[in-house]
Amino acid sequence: MPVFSDPTNFDAYVSGFLWILKLTGASALLALVLGVLLAGMRVSPVPVLRWFGAAWVNIFRNTPLTLIIFFCYFGLYATLSITLSDDLILNNFWLGVVGLSVYTAAFVCEALRSGINTVPAGQAEAARAIGLTFSQTLRIVVLPQAGRAVIAPLGSVLIALCKNTTIVGTIGLLEASNVMKQLINDNGDQVILIFLVFAGTFAAVLIPVGYFFGWLANRLAVKR
Amino acid sequence: MNGETVLYDHPGPRAKVRNAILTVVFGALILALLYWIYRQFDEKGQFTKVLWEPFLQGDVWKNFILPGIEGTLKAAATAMVLALAFGLIFSIGRLSEHRWISVPAGVVVEFFRAVPLLLMIFFISFGVPFLIDSPVPPFWSVVIGLTLYNGSVLAEAFRAGIRAVPTGQSEAAYAVGMRKSAVMRHILVPQAARAMLPVIVSQLVVLLKDTALGYIVSYSELLQLGVNVVAANFFNVIQAAIVAAVLYIVVNFALTGLANYLDRRTRRSGIKPVPVDQGAAMGGGGNV
Amino acid sequence: MRMTRVAATAAAAVLALTMAACGDDGGSGTGTGSGTGTGSGDSNATGVIAKAASGTLKVGVKADQPGLGLQTGTSYEGFDIEMAKIIAKGLGMQESGIQYVTTVSANREPYIQQGTVDLVIATYTINEERKTKVNFAGPYFMAGQDLLVPTDSTITAPEQLAGKKVCSVTGSTPAKRIDEKYQGAQLQLFDAYSKCITALAGKQVDAVTTDDIILAGYASQPQFAGKFKVVGKPFSEEPYGIGLAKDDKASCDKINEILKAAATDGSYKAAWDKTLGKSGTPAPELDTSKFTNCA
Repeated sequence: MPVFSDPTNFDAYVSGFLWILKLTGASALLALVLGVLLAGMRVSPVPVLRWFGAAWVNIFRNTPLTLIIFFCYFGLYATLSITLSDDLILNNFWLGVVGLSVYTAAFVCEALRSGINTVPAGQAEAARAIGLTFSQTLRIVVLPQAGRAVIAPLGSVLIALCKNTTIVGTIGLLEASNVMKQLINDNGDQVILIFLVFAGTFAAVLIPVGYFFGWLANRLAVKR
Repeated sequence: MNGETVLYDHPGPRAKVRNAILTVVFGALILALLYWIYRQFDEKGQFTKVLWEPFLQGDVWKNFILPGIEGTLKAAATAMVLALAFGLIFSIGRLSEHRWISVPAGVVVEFFRAVPLLLMIFFISFGVPFLIDSPVPPFWSVVIGLTLYNGSVLAEAFRAGIRAVPTGQSEAAYAVGMRKSAVMRHILVPQAARAMLPVIVSQLVVLLKDTALGYIVSYSELLQLGVNVVAANFFNVIQAAIVAAVLYIVVNFALTGLANYLDRRTRRSGIKPVPVDQGAAMGGGGNV
Repeated sequence: MRMTRVAATAAAAVLALTMAACGDDGGSGTGTGSGTGTGSGDSNATGVIAKAASGTLKVGVKADQPGLGLQTGTSYEGFDIEMAKIIAKGLGMQESGIQYVTTVSANREPYIQQGTVDLVIATYTINEERKTKVNFAGPYFMAGQDLLVPTDSTITAPEQLAGKKVCSVTGSTPAKRIDEKYQGAQLQLFDAYSKCITALAGKQVDAVTTDDIILAGYASQPQFAGKFKVVGKPFSEEPYGIGLAKDDKASCDKINEILKAAATDGSYKAAWDKTLGKSGTPAPELDTSKFTNCA
C-alpha cells in the first residue's frame, strides 16, 4: 500500500476517521435526546407543541444536509454570532454536531413515532384507566415498548448518521472524505486503492453494526 | 395505535387551563426566538435589497435556478428508474436458493449501503475512468452513484415486501402448477411493489436531496447553479442558500405528502406497507 | 494492449491532420487559419488543432471566479474566457464553436487525460507534477499567492498570520502552502471562494488566500468597493498555463505562437482591459520568453 506507507498520509487517514467517530458519537447523543423530545411533542395534548414538532420534522428532513450544515456556519455562527469554541477547528466541529443533530433528530422522532404506533392502543387505554397522566403513560407504558420496537430503525439511523458526518467536510473539517479527496489529488495514480481503503473502512465498521442492531432488535422484540 | 388520541384523556377544565398556559408560554418563546433571529439578520444587513434583488429577476431564474431544478429532477428521475431495476434484480437475487447468486447479491447490497455516497460519486468520477479508459460525464457519475445506493436500499425493501406476502399464497400458486418465476412475477412482485409504494416515494425525496452531491463533480444541479454560481455572480450566498432550501422543502414536502397518502391507501387496500426505513430516508451520506 | 489498433489508427489520423493544419497555417501567428466550414476534418480526430479545424473545441473553465471564469447565465465571461477566444481565433475557428465545460480544480487533469475537454483554461498553475500528466502552453499570466484582507487590517505579510483565521478552498495549493509554511495560522476551508469572501465580509475570518489575480477579481466587485484590499506581496509564483493532452506537442507549440502574436497585436491587452482591467490595474506585459517548450 504505497500511499498509506507514508506516515503523513496514514496519520491523515486515522485522524479523518477519528473525526467521523467523534462527530457520530456527539451527534448521536444529541439527536437521540432531541428526537425523544420531538416525538413527545408530536403526540402531546398541546396543539402548539404538536405543531412545533411537525414543523421541525418537515423542515429539516426535507432540506439537503449540506444546506443545513451551511446554515450552521453562515446562520448560527456568522449571522447569529453563536460561537461554540474559540478554536476554529473545534468551533466547526460543534457547528457540525449541531447541524447533524437537528437533521438526525427529525428522523429519530419519526422512527419513535412509528414505534409508538406499534404499541397496542389497549395498553395506553389501560394506563389511562388506572389514572396515569400523559407523561406517565408515555414514560412507563408506551416508550419502553416503543423503544424496543425502534431498535432496528434507530440502528439504521445511526449508520446513516455516521455516513452523513462526511458532510461536515464542507465547512472545512478534515474528516475522512476530505482526506480521501486530498490523497486522490496528490496520488492520482492510486485512486482505486485509496477509494477501496476508505470505502472498506466504512463498510467494515458499518456492516457489522447493522447486523448487531438486527440481532439486538430480534432479541429484545416485544413478544405479542 | 393512534398516538394523538389514545395517550391522553379529553382535557378537563384543569388540563385545558394547563394546555392554554403551555401554549402561550411556548408560543411566546418561539415567537421571541424568531424575532431575535430576524433582528440579528437585519443587523448584519442580510435583508439588504441588493442581496435579494437577483431573485426578482427573471434571468436569474431562467439561467440558474430553473436549469438547476431541471438538473436535479433529471438526475433524480433517471436514478429512480435505474434504482428500481437494480433493487428488483438484487432483491430477487438475494432471495435466490442458489448460494452463488444470493451471497454475492447480498455482499453488493450491503457494501453499497455502507459506503458514503460522496465517496462513491467521487470514485466513479475520478477512479472509474482509469479502469474503463474513458471519461464518465458528471451526470452519469451522479446517477450511477445514486442508483447503487438507492437501488440497494430498495432491494432490501423489496425483499421485505416479498417476504411479507403470506406464504400460503405462493404455496397455493405452486399447488396450481406455477413455476418459481411465474410465482415471483404474478404473485409476489406485484404485491410487494404495492406494499413498497411509500418506500419508493420516500427514496425519491432522498434522491432529490442527494443530487446536491453533484456539485462536487461539477454537475449542474440546484446547489451548484442556484447557490454556488449565483453567489459568484451576486455575492449573496446566504440568500441563495435560503431560496434553494425553500425550493427543496416545497418539492420534498409535496413528495412526502404523496408518500403518506399512498401509505394510507395501501393500508386501506389490505396490504401492509413496507415501513419506511428512517435511516435510509436520511440519505446516502457524504455532502448531501 | 487491447487498444493498440484503435490507438494506432487514431495516432495516424492525428498526425495526418496536425501536419495538414500546420501546413495550412505555416506558423504565421494569427493568420486566417485553415478556414472554418471547409474541409471540416475528421470528427474522430484528436488533438486541439484537428478539433479546431472541425469547428468545435471543448474548453474547461471555472464557473465561479469573477474576472477570470464566471458563468453568467448561459454564457461565461472573464480573462480565461477571453484567452479561449483568442486561441480559437488563432486556430481559425469561430468563437461560437467553443463549448465551455465547467471544471473544478480537482478534475482538470482527468478531464484532459480522458478527453472530456480539449483545453483547460481555468486558473491552472503550471507545475512539475502536473506536467507529468498534461502538456502546458503559456504561461499567459504570472500569478502569485497573496492575501485579501479588510481595508483596515494590519496584516501585510503571511508571516503575520499567526493566530489569525485564514480562509481558502479545500485541497487547493494555497491552502496546502499555508498549512505547511505558516503553521501558526488557523485554516478555514470551504468548497468555494465565494463562501470565503462571505466569511471575510462577516469578519469570521481575517484573510482569504489564493492567487492575487483571483483575489483582485473579488476585490473589484462593486459590492466590496472600499471594503477589501489585496495585500500585494505575492509569496509564490503561479504561472497560469493552458492545459492540453500530453502528446499534443504540435497544438501546444501552435498555442504558444498564438499567444506571442496576441502579446504584440494588442489583443492580449484588450482581453485584460475587458475583464480584470476593470478594477483599474493596468494590463501586465506578457513575457513570452518564459513560455514552456511544450516538451
